[in-house]
Amino acid sequence: MRIFWALLRRELASFFFSLTGYIIIAAVTLLTGFSFVVLINTLGTDPVPVPVTELFYLSFYFWLILLLITPVITMRLFALEKASGTFETLMSTAVSDFQVVAAKFMAAVIFYLLAWLPLLACLGVIQHFAHQNSTLDAGTVGGMFLGIMLVGSVFISLGCFASSLTRSQMTAAVISFVLGVGLFSLAYLAKQIPVTEQWQARALSYFSLFDQMDDFARGVVDTRAVVFYVTITFLFLFLTLRVVESRRWK
Amino acid sequence: MIAVEHLTRRFAGRTAVDDISFNVARGEIVGLLGPNGAGKSTTMRILSAFMPATSGTARVAGFDVFHESDEVRRRIGYMPENNPLYPEMRVREYLKFRARVKGLGWRRSRERVSTVMEQCGLTDVGRRIIGQLSKGYKQRVGLADALVHEPELIILDEPTIGLDPQQIRLVRQLIKSLAGKHTVLISTHILPEVEMMCGRVLIMLGGRVLASDTPENLQLRMAGGSQVIAEIAAPTTALQTLWDEHPDVEEFEVTAGDAGFQRCVLTPRAGVDIRSTIFDLVRQHSWEMRELTRNRYTLEDIYLQVTKPSTEETE
Repeated sequence: MRIFWALLRRELASFFFSLTGYIIIAAVTLLTGFSFVVLINTLGTDPVPVPVTELFYLSFYFWLILLLITPVITMRLFALEKASGTFETLMSTAVSDFQVVAAKFMAAVIFYLLAWLPLLACLGVIQHFAHQNSTLDAGTVGGMFLGIMLVGSVFISLGCFASSLTRSQMTAAVISFVLGVGLFSLAYLAKQIPVTEQWQARALSYFSLFDQMDDFARGVVDTRAVVFYVTITFLFLFLTLRVVESRRWK
Repeated sequence: MIAVEHLTRRFAGRTAVDDISFNVARGEIVGLLGPNGAGKSTTMRILSAFMPATSGTARVAGFDVFHESDEVRRRIGYMPENNPLYPEMRVREYLKFRARVKGLGWRRSRERVSTVMEQCGLTDVGRRIIGQLSKGYKQRVGLADALVHEPELIILDEPTIGLDPQQIRLVRQLIKSLAGKHTVLISTHILPEVEMMCGRVLIMLGGRVLASDTPENLQLRMAGGSQVIAEIAAPTTALQTLWDEHPDVEEFEVTAGDAGFQRCVLTPRAGVDIRSTIFDLVRQHSWEMRELTRNRYTLEDIYLQVTKPSTEETE
Protein backbone atom coordinates (compact mmCIF):
# COMPACT_ATOMS: atom_id res chain seq x y z
CA MET A 1 0.00 0.00 0.00
CA ARG A 2 2.92 2.26 0.81
CA ILE A 3 4.22 1.74 -2.70
CA PHE A 4 0.80 2.44 -4.19
CA TRP A 5 0.55 5.82 -2.42
CA ALA A 6 4.03 6.78 -3.54
CA LEU A 7 3.13 5.93 -7.13
CA LEU A 8 -0.23 7.69 -6.94
CA ARG A 9 1.35 10.82 -5.51
CA ARG A 10 3.94 10.97 -8.24
CA GLU A 11 1.42 10.36 -11.01
CA LEU A 12 -0.90 13.02 -9.70
CA ALA A 13 1.93 15.48 -9.15
CA SER A 14 3.21 14.97 -12.67
CA PHE A 15 -0.05 16.35 -14.08
CA PHE A 16 0.71 19.60 -12.34
CA PHE A 17 4.39 19.61 -13.26
CA SER A 18 3.58 19.77 -16.92
CA LEU A 19 1.94 22.49 -18.95
CA THR A 20 -0.46 19.91 -20.40
CA GLY A 21 -2.18 19.61 -17.04
CA TYR A 22 -3.00 23.30 -16.92
CA ILE A 23 -4.05 23.37 -20.54
CA ILE A 24 -6.48 20.54 -19.84
CA ILE A 25 -7.94 22.38 -16.87
CA ALA A 26 -8.21 25.58 -18.90
CA ALA A 27 -9.90 23.77 -21.78
CA VAL A 28 -12.42 22.07 -19.51
CA THR A 29 -13.16 25.35 -17.79
CA LEU A 30 -13.65 27.09 -21.14
CA LEU A 31 -16.00 24.41 -22.44
CA THR A 32 -17.89 24.35 -19.15
CA GLY A 33 -18.18 28.10 -19.49
CA PHE A 34 -19.69 27.75 -22.96
CA SER A 35 -22.17 25.23 -21.75
CA PHE A 36 -23.00 27.58 -18.90
CA VAL A 37 -23.80 30.34 -21.38
CA VAL A 38 -26.07 27.98 -23.29
CA LEU A 39 -27.71 27.00 -20.02
CA ILE A 40 -28.34 30.58 -18.99
CA ASN A 41 -29.88 31.31 -22.38
CA THR A 42 -32.21 28.36 -22.06
CA LEU A 43 -33.18 29.33 -18.54
CA GLY A 44 -33.73 32.92 -19.63
CA THR A 45 -36.27 32.17 -22.33
CA ASP A 46 -38.58 29.32 -21.42
CA PRO A 47 -39.47 27.63 -18.21
CA VAL A 48 -37.89 24.19 -18.24
CA PRO A 49 -39.34 21.17 -16.57
CA VAL A 50 -35.98 19.44 -15.85
CA PRO A 51 -33.39 19.99 -13.12
CA VAL A 52 -30.61 22.45 -13.89
CA THR A 53 -27.95 19.76 -13.69
CA GLU A 54 -29.64 17.78 -16.44
CA LEU A 55 -29.48 20.72 -18.78
CA PHE A 56 -25.74 20.43 -18.79
CA TYR A 57 -26.01 17.09 -20.49
CA LEU A 58 -28.55 18.24 -22.98
CA SER A 59 -25.88 20.48 -24.47
CA PHE A 60 -23.24 18.56 -26.38
CA TYR A 61 -20.43 20.25 -24.46
CA PHE A 62 -20.34 17.57 -21.84
CA TRP A 63 -19.63 14.89 -24.44
CA LEU A 64 -17.18 17.09 -26.22
CA ILE A 65 -15.22 17.51 -22.99
CA LEU A 66 -15.36 13.81 -22.30
CA LEU A 67 -14.23 12.75 -25.77
CA LEU A 68 -11.51 15.35 -26.14
CA ILE A 69 -10.09 15.59 -22.66
CA THR A 70 -9.80 11.98 -21.53
CA PRO A 71 -7.40 10.95 -24.31
CA VAL A 72 -5.20 13.93 -23.49
CA ILE A 73 -5.21 13.07 -19.79
CA THR A 74 -4.38 9.43 -20.35
CA MET A 75 -2.04 9.46 -23.36
CA ARG A 76 0.97 10.23 -21.19
CA LEU A 77 0.45 7.51 -18.60
CA PHE A 78 2.34 4.58 -20.08
CA ALA A 79 3.50 5.87 -23.46
CA LEU A 80 5.74 8.58 -22.03
CA GLU A 81 7.38 6.23 -19.54
CA LYS A 82 8.02 3.71 -22.26
CA ALA A 83 9.45 6.32 -24.60
CA SER A 84 11.74 7.89 -22.00
CA GLY A 85 12.84 4.56 -20.54
CA THR A 86 11.63 5.27 -17.03
CA PHE A 87 9.28 2.33 -17.44
CA GLU A 88 12.35 0.13 -17.14
CA THR A 89 13.55 1.76 -13.94
CA LEU A 90 10.04 1.62 -12.55
CA MET A 91 9.48 -2.02 -13.39
CA SER A 92 12.84 -3.18 -12.10
CA THR A 93 11.84 -2.17 -8.58
CA ALA A 94 9.62 -4.42 -6.50
CA VAL A 95 6.37 -2.80 -7.63
CA SER A 96 3.66 -5.08 -8.97
CA ASP A 97 2.11 -4.49 -12.35
CA PHE A 98 -1.25 -4.15 -10.67
CA GLN A 99 -0.03 -1.35 -8.41
CA VAL A 100 1.31 0.58 -11.38
CA VAL A 101 -1.88 0.26 -13.42
CA ALA A 102 -4.09 1.07 -10.45
CA ALA A 103 -2.04 4.10 -9.44
CA LYS A 104 -1.98 5.52 -12.94
CA PHE A 105 -5.72 5.02 -13.39
CA MET A 106 -6.55 6.51 -10.02
CA ALA A 107 -4.36 9.53 -10.61
CA ALA A 108 -6.02 10.14 -13.98
CA VAL A 109 -9.51 9.87 -12.46
CA ILE A 110 -8.64 12.25 -9.65
CA PHE A 111 -7.17 14.77 -12.05
CA TYR A 112 -10.21 14.44 -14.31
CA LEU A 113 -12.52 15.16 -11.38
CA LEU A 114 -10.42 18.15 -10.37
CA ALA A 115 -10.78 19.51 -13.88
CA TRP A 116 -14.56 19.30 -13.50
CA LEU A 117 -14.66 21.31 -10.28
CA PRO A 118 -15.36 24.67 -12.00
CA LEU A 119 -18.75 23.23 -12.82
CA LEU A 120 -19.62 23.48 -9.14
CA ALA A 121 -18.95 27.20 -9.33
CA CYS A 122 -21.34 27.50 -12.28
CA LEU A 123 -24.01 25.75 -10.31
CA GLY A 124 -23.26 27.99 -7.36
CA VAL A 125 -23.83 31.05 -9.54
CA ILE A 126 -27.23 29.77 -10.62
CA GLN A 127 -28.20 29.01 -7.07
CA HIS A 128 -27.15 32.49 -5.99
CA PHE A 129 -29.25 34.27 -8.56
CA ALA A 130 -32.22 31.91 -8.52
CA HIS A 131 -32.85 32.61 -4.82
CA GLN A 132 -34.27 29.16 -4.50
CA ASN A 133 -32.79 26.35 -2.52
CA SER A 134 -34.51 23.77 -4.66
CA THR A 135 -32.51 24.60 -7.80
CA LEU A 136 -29.65 22.63 -6.47
CA ASP A 137 -30.03 19.85 -4.05
CA ALA A 138 -27.31 17.58 -2.80
CA GLY A 139 -28.91 14.59 -4.47
CA THR A 140 -28.85 15.88 -8.02
CA VAL A 141 -25.40 17.43 -7.71
CA GLY A 142 -24.06 14.26 -6.09
CA GLY A 143 -25.72 12.13 -8.76
CA MET A 144 -24.30 14.33 -11.44
CA PHE A 145 -20.75 14.06 -10.16
CA LEU A 146 -21.15 10.33 -9.65
CA GLY A 147 -22.20 10.12 -13.29
CA ILE A 148 -19.31 12.30 -14.39
CA MET A 149 -16.94 10.09 -12.46
CA LEU A 150 -18.34 6.77 -13.67
CA VAL A 151 -18.59 7.65 -17.32
CA GLY A 152 -15.20 9.35 -17.06
CA SER A 153 -13.71 6.20 -15.55
CA VAL A 154 -14.87 4.26 -18.59
CA PHE A 155 -13.19 6.66 -20.98
CA ILE A 156 -10.06 6.89 -18.83
CA SER A 157 -9.72 3.13 -18.69
CA LEU A 158 -9.96 3.12 -22.49
CA GLY A 159 -7.19 5.70 -22.50
CA CYS A 160 -5.04 3.68 -20.10
CA PHE A 161 -5.37 0.70 -22.37
CA ALA A 162 -4.49 2.75 -25.46
CA SER A 163 -1.48 4.29 -23.72
CA SER A 164 -0.15 0.92 -22.61
CA LEU A 165 -0.13 -0.30 -26.21
CA THR A 166 2.33 2.18 -27.62
CA ARG A 167 5.42 4.29 -26.94
CA SER A 168 4.05 7.33 -28.73
CA GLN A 169 1.74 9.69 -26.89
CA MET A 170 0.15 10.84 -30.13
CA THR A 171 -0.73 7.28 -31.12
CA ALA A 172 -2.09 6.64 -27.65
CA ALA A 173 -4.30 9.72 -27.86
CA VAL A 174 -5.59 8.75 -31.30
CA ILE A 175 -6.34 5.17 -30.26
CA SER A 176 -8.20 6.24 -27.15
CA PHE A 177 -10.08 8.91 -29.10
CA VAL A 178 -11.16 6.32 -31.65
CA LEU A 179 -12.23 3.89 -28.92
CA GLY A 180 -14.08 6.71 -27.19
CA VAL A 181 -15.85 7.79 -30.36
CA GLY A 182 -16.76 4.14 -30.97
CA LEU A 183 -18.40 3.90 -27.59
CA PHE A 184 -20.09 7.25 -28.15
CA SER A 185 -21.46 6.09 -31.52
CA LEU A 186 -22.89 2.98 -29.89
CA ALA A 187 -24.62 5.24 -27.40
CA TYR A 188 -25.92 7.37 -30.25
CA LEU A 189 -27.14 4.27 -32.06
CA ALA A 190 -28.82 3.07 -28.90
CA LYS A 191 -30.74 6.33 -28.74
CA GLN A 192 -31.90 6.08 -32.35
CA ILE A 193 -33.01 2.46 -32.30
CA PRO A 194 -36.14 1.77 -30.30
CA VAL A 195 -35.83 -0.91 -27.66
CA THR A 196 -37.44 -4.09 -28.88
CA GLU A 197 -37.48 -7.58 -27.49
CA GLN A 198 -34.66 -8.71 -29.75
CA TRP A 199 -31.47 -9.40 -27.86
CA GLN A 200 -29.38 -7.14 -30.10
CA ALA A 201 -31.53 -4.15 -29.31
CA ARG A 202 -31.58 -5.00 -25.63
CA ALA A 203 -27.82 -5.38 -25.51
CA LEU A 204 -27.47 -2.10 -27.32
CA SER A 205 -29.73 -0.39 -24.84
CA TYR A 206 -27.09 -0.87 -22.16
CA PHE A 207 -24.88 1.44 -24.15
CA SER A 208 -27.36 4.29 -24.03
CA LEU A 209 -24.99 6.59 -22.20
CA PHE A 210 -27.24 9.60 -22.82
CA ASP A 211 -30.28 8.25 -21.01
CA GLN A 212 -28.10 6.92 -18.23
CA MET A 213 -26.44 10.29 -17.77
CA ASP A 214 -29.85 11.98 -17.74
CA ASP A 215 -30.78 9.70 -14.87
CA PHE A 216 -27.65 10.56 -12.94
CA ALA A 217 -28.25 14.24 -13.48
CA ARG A 218 -31.77 13.90 -12.09
CA GLY A 219 -30.22 12.28 -9.05
CA VAL A 220 -31.43 8.85 -10.03
CA VAL A 221 -28.71 6.28 -9.47
CA ASP A 222 -29.62 3.30 -11.60
CA THR A 223 -27.62 0.28 -10.47
CA ARG A 224 -27.74 -1.23 -13.98
CA ALA A 225 -25.88 1.78 -15.32
CA VAL A 226 -23.45 1.78 -12.39
CA VAL A 227 -22.69 -1.90 -12.87
CA PHE A 228 -22.33 -1.39 -16.61
CA TYR A 229 -19.81 1.45 -16.23
CA VAL A 230 -17.84 -0.28 -13.51
CA THR A 231 -17.69 -3.46 -15.58
CA ILE A 232 -16.42 -1.72 -18.70
CA THR A 233 -13.86 0.16 -16.61
CA PHE A 234 -12.57 -3.03 -15.02
CA LEU A 235 -12.52 -4.80 -18.35
CA PHE A 236 -10.22 -2.23 -19.88
CA LEU A 237 -8.07 -1.98 -16.76
CA PHE A 238 -7.70 -5.74 -16.87
CA LEU A 239 -6.66 -5.55 -20.52
CA THR A 240 -4.17 -2.82 -19.61
CA LEU A 241 -2.75 -5.01 -16.90
CA ARG A 242 -2.35 -7.86 -19.36
CA VAL A 243 -0.53 -5.58 -21.79
CA VAL A 244 1.81 -4.40 -19.04
CA GLU A 245 2.44 -7.99 -18.03
CA SER A 246 3.00 -9.07 -21.60
CA ARG A 247 6.61 -7.89 -21.59
CA ARG A 248 7.30 -10.82 -19.28
CA TRP A 249 5.59 -13.37 -21.50
CA LYS A 250 7.89 -15.90 -23.03
CA MET B 1 25.62 -13.65 -6.32
CA ILE B 2 24.81 -14.01 -9.99
CA ALA B 3 24.59 -17.43 -11.60
CA VAL B 4 23.76 -17.46 -15.28
CA GLU B 5 23.39 -20.75 -17.10
CA HIS B 6 22.87 -21.22 -20.81
CA LEU B 7 21.00 -17.95 -21.07
CA THR B 8 19.58 -17.21 -24.49
CA ARG B 9 17.39 -14.37 -25.64
CA ARG B 10 16.04 -14.23 -29.14
CA PHE B 11 14.20 -11.33 -30.69
CA ALA B 12 12.32 -11.73 -33.93
CA GLY B 13 14.94 -13.13 -36.26
CA ARG B 14 17.90 -12.11 -34.14
CA THR B 15 19.69 -13.74 -31.25
CA ALA B 16 20.79 -11.04 -28.85
CA VAL B 17 22.20 -13.31 -26.17
CA ASP B 18 23.41 -16.70 -27.26
CA ASP B 19 23.78 -19.43 -24.65
CA ILE B 20 25.94 -17.58 -22.14
CA SER B 21 26.99 -18.84 -18.73
CA PHE B 22 28.88 -17.01 -16.03
CA ASN B 23 29.06 -16.54 -12.29
CA VAL B 24 29.72 -13.48 -10.21
CA ALA B 25 30.74 -13.85 -6.58
CA ARG B 26 29.57 -11.56 -3.77
CA GLY B 27 31.54 -8.33 -3.52
CA GLU B 28 33.04 -8.52 -6.99
CA ILE B 29 33.07 -5.66 -9.46
CA VAL B 30 32.62 -7.21 -12.86
CA GLY B 31 32.76 -5.41 -16.17
CA LEU B 32 30.80 -6.52 -19.20
CA LEU B 33 32.89 -5.37 -22.10
CA GLY B 34 31.87 -5.47 -25.70
CA PRO B 35 31.01 -3.39 -28.74
CA ASN B 36 27.54 -1.98 -29.26
CA GLY B 37 25.02 -4.72 -29.93
CA ALA B 38 27.04 -7.42 -28.20
CA GLY B 39 24.14 -8.33 -25.92
CA LYS B 40 25.29 -6.48 -22.80
CA SER B 41 22.11 -4.50 -22.24
CA THR B 42 19.90 -7.49 -22.97
CA THR B 43 21.80 -9.55 -20.41
CA MET B 44 21.35 -6.78 -17.88
CA ARG B 45 17.66 -6.43 -18.62
CA ILE B 46 17.17 -10.12 -18.05
CA LEU B 47 19.13 -9.98 -14.81
CA SER B 48 17.03 -7.07 -13.59
CA ALA B 49 13.87 -9.09 -14.32
CA PHE B 50 12.59 -6.57 -16.85
CA MET B 51 12.62 -9.05 -19.69
CA PRO B 52 12.37 -12.83 -19.75
CA ALA B 53 15.02 -15.04 -21.28
CA THR B 54 14.06 -17.27 -24.20
CA SER B 55 15.80 -20.19 -22.53
CA GLY B 56 18.28 -20.85 -19.78
CA THR B 57 18.24 -19.65 -16.20
CA ALA B 58 19.62 -16.69 -14.33
CA ARG B 59 19.72 -16.48 -10.55
CA VAL B 60 20.46 -13.47 -8.41
CA ALA B 61 21.25 -14.17 -4.76
CA GLY B 62 19.79 -17.63 -5.26
CA PHE B 63 16.46 -16.40 -6.66
CA ASP B 64 15.37 -17.12 -10.19
CA VAL B 65 14.91 -13.87 -12.12
CA PHE B 66 11.78 -15.14 -13.83
CA HIS B 67 9.93 -17.13 -11.19
CA GLU B 68 10.97 -15.13 -8.15
CA SER B 69 11.32 -11.75 -9.78
CA ASP B 70 9.95 -9.89 -6.74
CA GLU B 71 12.74 -11.18 -4.55
CA VAL B 72 15.30 -10.41 -7.22
CA ARG B 73 14.03 -6.91 -7.84
CA ARG B 74 14.15 -6.15 -4.13
CA ARG B 75 17.84 -7.01 -4.13
CA ILE B 76 19.07 -5.12 -7.15
CA GLY B 77 19.71 -1.51 -7.98
CA TYR B 78 19.50 -1.12 -11.74
CA MET B 79 20.49 1.87 -13.81
CA PRO B 80 19.46 1.29 -17.43
CA GLU B 81 21.21 2.62 -20.47
CA ASN B 82 20.89 6.38 -20.94
CA ASN B 83 19.84 6.69 -17.32
CA PRO B 84 16.14 7.54 -17.66
CA LEU B 85 14.81 9.91 -14.99
CA TYR B 86 11.68 11.97 -14.51
CA PRO B 87 12.93 15.35 -15.75
CA GLU B 88 10.17 17.35 -14.09
CA MET B 89 10.97 16.26 -10.55
CA ARG B 90 13.45 17.71 -8.10
CA VAL B 91 16.46 15.64 -7.11
CA ARG B 92 15.55 14.98 -3.50
CA GLU B 93 11.91 14.49 -4.36
CA TYR B 94 12.80 11.95 -7.04
CA LEU B 95 15.13 9.98 -4.82
CA LYS B 96 12.55 9.98 -2.08
CA PHE B 97 9.91 8.72 -4.47
CA ARG B 98 12.27 5.97 -5.63
CA ALA B 99 13.07 4.99 -2.06
CA ARG B 100 9.35 4.77 -1.28
CA VAL B 101 8.61 2.76 -4.39
CA LYS B 102 11.38 0.39 -3.42
CA GLY B 103 9.48 -0.25 -0.22
CA LEU B 104 11.45 1.81 2.29
CA GLY B 105 9.53 3.31 5.19
CA TRP B 106 9.06 7.03 5.59
CA ARG B 107 11.83 7.64 8.10
CA ARG B 108 14.18 5.13 6.55
CA SER B 109 13.78 6.62 3.09
CA ARG B 110 14.61 10.08 4.44
CA GLU B 111 17.74 8.74 6.06
CA ARG B 112 18.86 6.80 3.02
CA VAL B 113 18.16 9.66 0.60
CA SER B 114 20.38 11.96 2.66
CA THR B 115 23.10 9.32 2.82
CA VAL B 116 23.19 8.57 -0.90
CA MET B 117 22.97 12.25 -1.80
CA GLU B 118 26.08 12.83 0.25
CA GLN B 119 27.75 9.76 -1.17
CA CYS B 120 27.09 10.88 -4.73
CA GLY B 121 27.80 14.56 -4.16
CA LEU B 122 24.24 15.70 -4.74
CA THR B 123 23.67 17.59 -1.49
CA ASP B 124 23.99 20.99 -3.21
CA VAL B 125 21.49 20.23 -5.96
CA GLY B 126 18.77 18.60 -3.89
CA ARG B 127 16.22 21.31 -4.75
CA ARG B 128 17.14 21.54 -8.43
CA ILE B 129 14.88 20.16 -11.16
CA ILE B 130 16.43 17.08 -12.71
CA GLY B 131 15.77 18.20 -16.29
CA GLN B 132 17.94 21.26 -15.74
CA LEU B 133 20.94 19.42 -14.30
CA SER B 134 24.14 18.74 -16.21
CA LYS B 135 24.67 15.26 -17.55
CA GLY B 136 27.20 14.44 -14.86
CA TYR B 137 24.75 15.33 -12.14
CA LYS B 138 21.98 13.37 -13.82
CA GLN B 139 24.23 10.36 -13.96
CA ARG B 140 24.91 10.73 -10.26
CA VAL B 141 21.19 10.97 -9.58
CA GLY B 142 20.82 7.66 -11.43
CA LEU B 143 23.58 6.12 -9.35
CA ALA B 144 22.08 7.46 -6.14
CA ASP B 145 18.78 5.90 -7.18
CA ALA B 146 20.46 2.54 -7.79
CA LEU B 147 22.02 2.74 -4.32
CA VAL B 148 19.16 4.15 -2.30
CA HIS B 149 17.73 0.88 -1.00
CA GLU B 150 21.14 -0.65 -0.24
CA PRO B 151 20.84 -3.42 -2.81
CA GLU B 152 23.10 -6.42 -2.73
CA LEU B 153 23.65 -6.24 -6.47
CA ILE B 154 24.09 -3.06 -8.47
CA ILE B 155 23.68 -3.27 -12.24
CA LEU B 156 24.88 -0.26 -14.18
CA ASP B 157 24.44 -0.10 -17.94
CA GLU B 158 27.02 2.24 -19.43
CA PRO B 159 27.33 4.47 -16.38
CA THR B 160 29.90 6.86 -17.82
CA ILE B 161 28.59 7.31 -21.35
CA GLY B 162 28.50 10.88 -22.56
CA LEU B 163 30.34 12.38 -19.61
CA ASP B 164 33.38 14.64 -19.72
CA PRO B 165 36.68 13.26 -18.34
CA GLN B 166 36.32 15.00 -15.00
CA GLN B 167 32.82 13.62 -14.50
CA ILE B 168 33.94 10.18 -15.62
CA ARG B 169 36.60 10.22 -12.94
CA LEU B 170 34.09 11.13 -10.27
CA VAL B 171 31.68 8.42 -11.34
CA ARG B 172 34.49 5.87 -11.44
CA GLN B 173 35.66 6.78 -7.98
CA LEU B 174 32.14 6.44 -6.75
CA ILE B 175 31.76 2.98 -8.29
CA LYS B 176 35.12 1.90 -6.95
CA SER B 177 34.08 2.95 -3.47
CA LEU B 178 31.21 0.47 -3.67
CA ALA B 179 33.57 -2.50 -3.88
CA GLY B 180 33.28 -4.95 -1.03
CA LYS B 181 29.94 -3.77 0.27
CA HIS B 182 28.04 -4.41 -2.94
CA THR B 183 28.39 -6.64 -5.93
CA VAL B 184 28.59 -4.50 -9.05
CA LEU B 185 28.00 -5.41 -12.68
CA ILE B 186 28.96 -2.69 -15.13
CA SER B 187 28.65 -2.70 -18.88
CA THR B 188 30.82 -0.55 -21.06
CA HIS B 189 32.58 -0.41 -24.36
CA ILE B 190 35.32 1.80 -22.99
CA LEU B 191 38.41 -0.20 -22.16
CA PRO B 192 40.35 1.87 -19.64
CA GLU B 193 37.20 2.01 -17.60
CA VAL B 194 37.23 -1.72 -17.08
CA GLU B 195 40.93 -1.76 -16.31
CA MET B 196 40.41 0.89 -13.67
CA MET B 197 37.29 -0.28 -11.95
CA CYS B 198 36.73 -3.96 -12.41
CA GLY B 199 38.19 -6.96 -10.68
CA ARG B 200 37.04 -9.14 -13.53
CA VAL B 201 36.12 -8.67 -17.15
CA LEU B 202 33.64 -10.54 -19.30
CA ILE B 203 34.23 -9.84 -22.94
CA MET B 204 31.03 -10.18 -24.95
CA LEU B 205 30.60 -10.26 -28.67
CA GLY B 206 27.66 -11.28 -30.82
CA GLY B 207 25.75 -12.47 -27.77
CA ARG B 208 28.50 -14.74 -26.48
CA VAL B 209 30.99 -14.44 -23.66
CA LEU B 210 34.40 -14.82 -25.26
CA ALA B 211 36.63 -14.41 -22.24
CA SER B 212 36.27 -14.04 -18.51
CA ASP B 213 39.21 -13.20 -16.30
CA THR B 214 40.90 -10.43 -14.33
CA PRO B 215 42.32 -7.67 -16.50
CA GLU B 216 45.85 -8.66 -15.39
CA ASN B 217 45.40 -12.33 -16.21
CA LEU B 218 43.93 -11.49 -19.56
CA GLN B 219 46.97 -9.43 -20.29
CA LEU B 220 49.30 -12.22 -19.20
CA ARG B 221 47.42 -14.82 -21.14
CA MET B 222 47.24 -12.84 -24.31
CA ALA B 223 50.62 -11.20 -24.19
CA GLY B 224 52.65 -14.34 -23.58
CA GLY B 225 56.01 -12.66 -23.03
CA SER B 226 55.81 -8.94 -23.03
CA GLN B 227 58.37 -6.84 -24.82
CA VAL B 228 61.06 -4.69 -23.24
CA ILE B 229 62.25 -1.50 -24.85
CA ALA B 230 65.67 -0.06 -23.99
CA GLU B 231 67.37 2.96 -25.51
CA ILE B 232 71.12 2.65 -25.05
CA ALA B 233 74.02 4.72 -26.39
CA ALA B 234 76.34 2.02 -27.68
CA PRO B 235 77.72 0.67 -30.99
CA THR B 236 75.04 -1.22 -32.92
CA THR B 237 77.20 -4.33 -33.44
CA ALA B 238 78.10 -4.55 -29.75
CA LEU B 239 74.42 -4.48 -28.86
CA GLN B 240 73.51 -7.04 -31.49
CA THR B 241 76.09 -9.56 -30.31
CA LEU B 242 75.14 -8.91 -26.71
CA TRP B 243 71.45 -9.73 -27.26
CA ASP B 244 72.29 -12.56 -29.62
CA GLU B 245 74.32 -14.32 -26.98
CA HIS B 246 72.05 -13.59 -24.05
CA PRO B 247 70.12 -16.76 -23.05
CA ASP B 248 67.00 -14.90 -21.84
CA VAL B 249 66.44 -12.91 -25.03
CA GLU B 250 64.47 -14.76 -27.64
CA GLU B 251 64.06 -12.10 -30.27
CA PHE B 252 65.51 -8.67 -30.66
CA GLU B 253 65.51 -5.71 -32.96
CA VAL B 254 67.97 -2.84 -32.82
CA THR B 255 67.22 0.38 -34.66
CA ALA B 256 69.17 3.59 -34.71
CA GLY B 257 67.70 6.46 -32.74
CA ASP B 258 68.78 10.07 -32.43
CA ALA B 259 71.88 11.41 -30.62
CA GLY B 260 73.73 8.10 -30.81
CA PHE B 261 71.10 6.11 -28.94
CA GLN B 262 70.00 2.72 -30.24
CA ARG B 263 66.48 1.56 -29.69
CA CYS B 264 66.36 -2.13 -28.74
CA VAL B 265 63.07 -4.00 -28.74
CA LEU B 266 63.61 -7.29 -26.90
CA THR B 267 61.29 -10.24 -26.48
CA PRO B 268 62.42 -12.19 -23.44
CA ARG B 269 61.75 -15.82 -22.65
CA ALA B 270 58.27 -16.29 -21.23
CA GLY B 271 57.99 -15.38 -17.58
CA VAL B 272 61.41 -13.75 -17.30
CA ASP B 273 61.81 -10.13 -16.34
CA ILE B 274 65.09 -9.04 -17.95
CA ARG B 275 64.93 -5.38 -17.05
CA SER B 276 67.39 -5.55 -14.15
CA THR B 277 69.74 -7.72 -16.26
CA ILE B 278 69.75 -5.08 -18.96
CA PHE B 279 70.52 -2.39 -16.43
CA ASP B 280 73.45 -4.43 -15.05
CA LEU B 281 74.84 -5.06 -18.53
CA VAL B 282 74.67 -1.38 -19.38
CA ARG B 283 76.49 -0.53 -16.18
CA GLN B 284 79.20 -3.14 -16.82
CA HIS B 285 79.91 -1.63 -20.25
CA SER B 286 79.55 1.90 -18.84
CA TRP B 287 77.10 2.80 -21.58
CA GLU B 288 74.47 5.42 -21.27
CA MET B 289 70.80 4.51 -21.08
CA ARG B 290 67.83 6.84 -21.28
CA GLU B 291 64.84 4.55 -21.39
CA LEU B 292 63.92 1.16 -20.08
CA THR B 293 60.27 0.15 -20.29
CA ARG B 294 58.17 -2.92 -20.55
CA ASN B 295 55.77 -2.74 -23.41
CA ARG B 296 52.63 -4.17 -21.88
CA TYR B 297 49.77 -5.35 -23.97
CA THR B 298 46.86 -3.15 -23.25
CA LEU B 299 43.39 -4.45 -22.81
CA GLU B 300 42.71 -2.87 -26.15
CA ASP B 301 45.09 -5.26 -27.88
CA ILE B 302 43.47 -8.14 -26.07
CA TYR B 303 40.03 -6.92 -26.90
CA LEU B 304 40.88 -6.60 -30.56
CA GLN B 305 42.57 -9.97 -30.53
CA VAL B 306 39.58 -11.65 -28.92
CA THR B 307 36.93 -9.98 -31.00
CA LYS B 308 38.64 -10.02 -34.36
CA PRO B 309 38.33 -13.64 -35.57
CA SER B 310 34.67 -13.84 -34.66
CA THR B 311 33.78 -10.65 -36.49
CA GLU B 312 35.27 -12.15 -39.60
CA GLU B 313 33.28 -15.30 -39.04
CA THR B 314 30.00 -13.49 -38.81
CA GLU B 315 30.67 -11.34 -41.85
